[in-house]
Amino acid sequence: MTANDIFQMVIYFGALLLLAKPLGIYMARIYEGEQVPPARILGPLERAFYRICGIHPDEEMDWRQYAAAVIIFSAAGMIVLYLLQRLQGGLPLNPQRFPGVPPDLAFNTAVSFVTNTDWQDYGGETTMSYLTQMAGLAVQNFVSAAAGMAVLVALIRGFKRNSAGTIGNFWADLTRGVLYILIPLSVVYSLLLVSQGVVQSYSGYKRVELSQPVIYDAVKLDGKGGPVSSPDGSPLREKTGVKEQIIPLGPAASQIAIKQLGTNGGGFFNVNSAHPFENPTPLSNFFEVLAVLLIPAALCATFGKMVGDMRQGRALLAAMLLVLVTMTALCTWSEQRGNPRLAALGVNQTAGSLQAGGNMEGKEARFGIVNSTIWAAATTAASNGSVNSMHDSYTPLGGLFPLLLIQLGEIIFGGVGSGLYGMLLFAVITVFVAGLMVGRTPEYLGKKIEMFEMKMAALVILIVNALVKVGTAIGVSTAAGVAGISNPGPHGFSEILYAFSSAANNNGSAFAGLNGNTVFYNTALGIAMFFGRFWVIIPVLAIAGSLAKKKQVPPSLGTLPTHTPLFVAFLVGVILIVGALSFMPSLALGPIAEQLMTGR
Amino acid sequence: MSRKSRKQRALFDPIIVRRALWESVRKLNPLYQIKNPVMFVVEVGSILTTCLFLQTLSGRGEAAPGFIFQIAVWLWITVLFANFAESMAEGRGKAQAAALRSSRQDIEAKLLAGPDRKSKISYVPSAQLKRGDFVLVEAGNTVPGDGEVVEGVASVNESAITGESAPVIRESGGDRSAVTGGTQVLSDWLVVRITANPGETFLDKMISMVEGAKRQKTPNEISLDILLAGLTIIFLLVTVTLLPFSIFSVRAAGQGSPVTVTVLVALLVCLIPTTIGGLLSAIGIAGMDRMIQANVIAMSGRAVEAAGDVDVLLLDKTGTITLGNRQATAFLPAAGVDIGALADAAQLASLADETPEGRSIVVLAKEKHNLRERDIESLGAVFVPFSAQTRMSGVDLGGREIRKGAADAVAKYITAQGGGFPDDVRSLVDNIAREGATPLVVAEGPRVLGAIRLGDVVKGGIRERFAEMRNMGIKTIMITGDNPLTAAAIAAEAGVDDFLAEATPETKLKLIREHQAGGRLVAMTGDGTNDAPALAQADVAVAMNTGTQAAKEAGNLVDLDSNPTKLIEIVEIGKQLLMTRGTLTTFSIANDVAKYFAILPAAFLSIYPALGALNVMRLATPQSAVLSAVIFNALIIIFLVPLALRGVTYRPLGAEAVLRKNALIYGVGGLIVPFIGIKLIDMIITAIGIV
Repeated sequence: MTANDIFQMVIYFGALLLLAKPLGIYMARIYEGEQVPPARILGPLERAFYRICGIHPDEEMDWRQYAAAVIIFSAAGMIVLYLLQRLQGGLPLNPQRFPGVPPDLAFNTAVSFVTNTDWQDYGGETTMSYLTQMAGLAVQNFVSAAAGMAVLVALIRGFKRNSAGTIGNFWADLTRGVLYILIPLSVVYSLLLVSQGVVQSYSGYKRVELSQPVIYDAVKLDGKGGPVSSPDGSPLREKTGVKEQIIPLGPAASQIAIKQLGTNGGGFFNVNSAHPFENPTPLSNFFEVLAVLLIPAALCATFGKMVGDMRQGRALLAAMLLVLVTMTALCTWSEQRGNPRLAALGVNQTAGSLQAGGNMEGKEARFGIVNSTIWAAATTAASNGSVNSMHDSYTPLGGLFPLLLIQLGEIIFGGVGSGLYGMLLFAVITVFVAGLMVGRTPEYLGKKIEMFEMKMAALVILIVNALVKVGTAIGVSTAAGVAGISNPGPHGFSEILYAFSSAANNNGSAFAGLNGNTVFYNTALGIAMFFGRFWVIIPVLAIAGSLAKKKQVPPSLGTLPTHTPLFVAFLVGVILIVGALSFMPSLALGPIAEQLMTGR
Repeated sequence: MSRKSRKQRALFDPIIVRRALWESVRKLNPLYQIKNPVMFVVEVGSILTTCLFLQTLSGRGEAAPGFIFQIAVWLWITVLFANFAESMAEGRGKAQAAALRSSRQDIEAKLLAGPDRKSKISYVPSAQLKRGDFVLVEAGNTVPGDGEVVEGVASVNESAITGESAPVIRESGGDRSAVTGGTQVLSDWLVVRITANPGETFLDKMISMVEGAKRQKTPNEISLDILLAGLTIIFLLVTVTLLPFSIFSVRAAGQGSPVTVTVLVALLVCLIPTTIGGLLSAIGIAGMDRMIQANVIAMSGRAVEAAGDVDVLLLDKTGTITLGNRQATAFLPAAGVDIGALADAAQLASLADETPEGRSIVVLAKEKHNLRERDIESLGAVFVPFSAQTRMSGVDLGGREIRKGAADAVAKYITAQGGGFPDDVRSLVDNIAREGATPLVVAEGPRVLGAIRLGDVVKGGIRERFAEMRNMGIKTIMITGDNPLTAAAIAAEAGVDDFLAEATPETKLKLIREHQAGGRLVAMTGDGTNDAPALAQADVAVAMNTGTQAAKEAGNLVDLDSNPTKLIEIVEIGKQLLMTRGTLTTFSIANDVAKYFAILPAAFLSIYPALGALNVMRLATPQSAVLSAVIFNALIIIFLVPLALRGVTYRPLGAEAVLRKNALIYGVGGLIVPFIGIKLIDMIITAIGIV
């Protein structure tokens, strides 16, 4: 690693920590129903919205009602998004005249955006109309994020409340999350991005003449698209020239802001934030990658504030940081070491003042190694899934860390809301084992962890695990699954494993090598995303309901403290061991085998 | 303490071991194994590998017959070891139960027609006695069933139940009226009203508890079971999907062969938490057994577990915190009397007084004023014993008449002798009484010498015990009928956290409810009928065996030694039980890391030879690597049986310190130990050439 690598990492994590606490406390106040400064302007809007929709924000729900509300809301969103894609050909705001999206792809995309996964089997600029992007995808970017946060807040209330039957009102939590948190942040962010040159436009795509026409050798094609053979049997080549280019445009900045902030990750353009109109400058890159972890980090502070003990939030944040910083550093180190195959071709991979050095395949020159690896780690840790470099082109070891961060269950920061509720489940399991070790029925935040909680927590880990493993097994055993692979050897295995890990954990990032837009992958990954989201949310809310009913046990010397470095270390140990144990064999057949085969 | 008087059973008693060996084979019955999902999976794996071995005999096996055979054998051994651990724990309980049962021979009971010794006697077998029958038990007879003394006083040998050879007094009325079937009356006679129907007696309950016949899984055990089952399913998924993964990889790599089912089964068994899964029920039974070793009978496993969670301990002052009898703590002379003279007179008056109070006066004089104990005979003194008329005792010694007694009794005596009761002594006496202590006045002839203060004496070492409890996070509360002033003084001296003065059954109940409403778990001890409501309300209620039937029925633990400080031990046993489960779970899971490093490179070596780099232990061959991991996995169970039966050592430290210690030993240790163990086994099996 170079000094610059370390410097950039310090700046990034420093800025993140600096912003997490004030934002977290602000969010806690919103969910506690307190009056916040923006309420002067937005308050009337909120109340009007409640009146129109017939919502009574003070009517509390028990966990079953809350879960039903989440599911009904998400199902409705899925249907609307599906129809919007199918019918976009006849709807306005479609300057490129894109036809309706095919059913399997529309299903996959609808599930993907409603589950906050944002797995994309399509290229935005060649598939989706502006209306679908704005009224469909961007809307889900907001509400799927807000729904995740609402579920988290319900779980926190479960810890906080004493002998209570209810855990809040989903509609109010959803509305307040969108109105007071996501919209104001997105407005600020959109303006920051536009200032850096991210496009925001309703006009159609522009054709421009290249100032430097490009001439290159290409294989000559016959009328049917096949290669024309020369008399000696080798394909015939001819000079081809490109004189003009199509510039895709659209309302990108507003959508990119929420895509980053809401851990959605679905790019406006196909190559996501590697695209110069989606992420033009190093500064825009810094803003965007900061946005990836901003809300997940701040939610730790929200949690601390809401349970009345900031140290508890800090401990979870420390555990997340410990894992993420280590993995970021390892990933950066591995990429900065360069690619032995490129070295064999005589490519200079040493870092200097003119180049970042290292393995630059699939990375943007304007970001270099470290700003690509920070992004790769952040986006996989946080279930965001947006990319500014192609993970498929990483060295095997460099690509292992993003994959591992996903497989740990998207709990190292994780999705907005969903990451922290996943982390809390791990904290529950850790408390259970550690609590037994100190000779007491385990307690977390004053709530006894008993049979029901263990059952639900085990269920969650089991479901996600099963989705990844069974999905990958089907993928590698069927012709349709194997057809999507574009690389031979263990790398092809990694591609399928990555896809199912990403979908089941609602991350949405892709290993890029896999061709996912087939009926098989659209369907299989859609199913994985669906169950990976809702079969987790329901047990989490069930735990929230069960915890809320319990009495709060006051802490004593015999109670295991859950804010100390020792507990953080134990928690990280449990996360790594459970993660490593369940994925070690599959990783051995993928990136580990590939890395060892490169001989270093 | 009671620990010394207890009979220790050797951990590996040959008789118990022999029976456990047989039992562990009997428990291979799949219908029995299915109750334990982890071990059930191992048994299915054993059957599967055995079938694979049989298949090789037909010449079409997936691997060398010798290899599959050895894997199958060690998998069966793994199941047997787990069964053995459980049988050992049960065996210890059964041995205890057999000893108890031997004290319950069917004896002939003297059935009375009514609750009167003189009513008509008929002889019936004890098994036919029903609740409400009256029986006569005379010296030498065995008490035919549980009951309550309605008439008579007798000394009873309860060693069959308690292991304590000193006889105890049982009498009608009060808190010492309960007798237990199987105990023996040594002197005098008793009329007993039977309180339990046949088959429901205390002894029956004890036997069924120690035998584990009625053992139900406790809440924490079920939660742990869920976690272990969850892990088992995850690892099942890991290994099952490994087959398609490896088939794909063979195609992708263009070399090697897919992983064999034998290796997959071996991997599965190594990964699932067999260590804790195999020892879990043994730990639970052993916890109950440790309670019995401490002479405490748990009426449910839940009570044992709850004991570890106790936050608040209610303790009776008398007998628990202070010695049962008041003792002399100070000599307070009247004006103009030398304190030495008072002490001398007091000691003389008490020399022949064998009551605990009298003895304590002699001792105090000796300790404080260096007055040696004298022999009353050689002094030629005449002892005047306490009588209900005079309410004084004393000594006549060469014309000196020394008396001690209650203030008003002595005042009457002085007045009769022509003396006057001095005002300063009167105020001394009042002060002592106000402090909650008992004043005794000493007079010689017509002259009052001063007063003796009889006060509560805090038991030695109890302060340290309470400090331990505080470190464990347990709050101690002293319950006393004294006034708040006295209570505060004793509470401060004993080092309890809080006290309840002028306690009544109602205030006790209220106190417990208040703490429970605050989310705390409350434990208390009690023996009297008036304790019963509070005992019933408390989460952990330890009834004294000497206590009344009502108290015993309200409690969920019965202390056979009737030692109120036993509660502290009970809490420790409860904590130890949970700790043993937690530490072995951690150990079991941490072990998996090393097993991966043994099995994964071995399984995939033919596909990706580069994975040989993961063989950090440098195990000889792929076969020896897999076999070593399986053998280690089986042997570790048997090595940990003593730990499971004895429990993890418990020290009263804060939760943080305990976690640090255990995480280091069982977590980090669990990571390292299998690396060494598997390497050693690999070296041995390679040296003797069985693979």
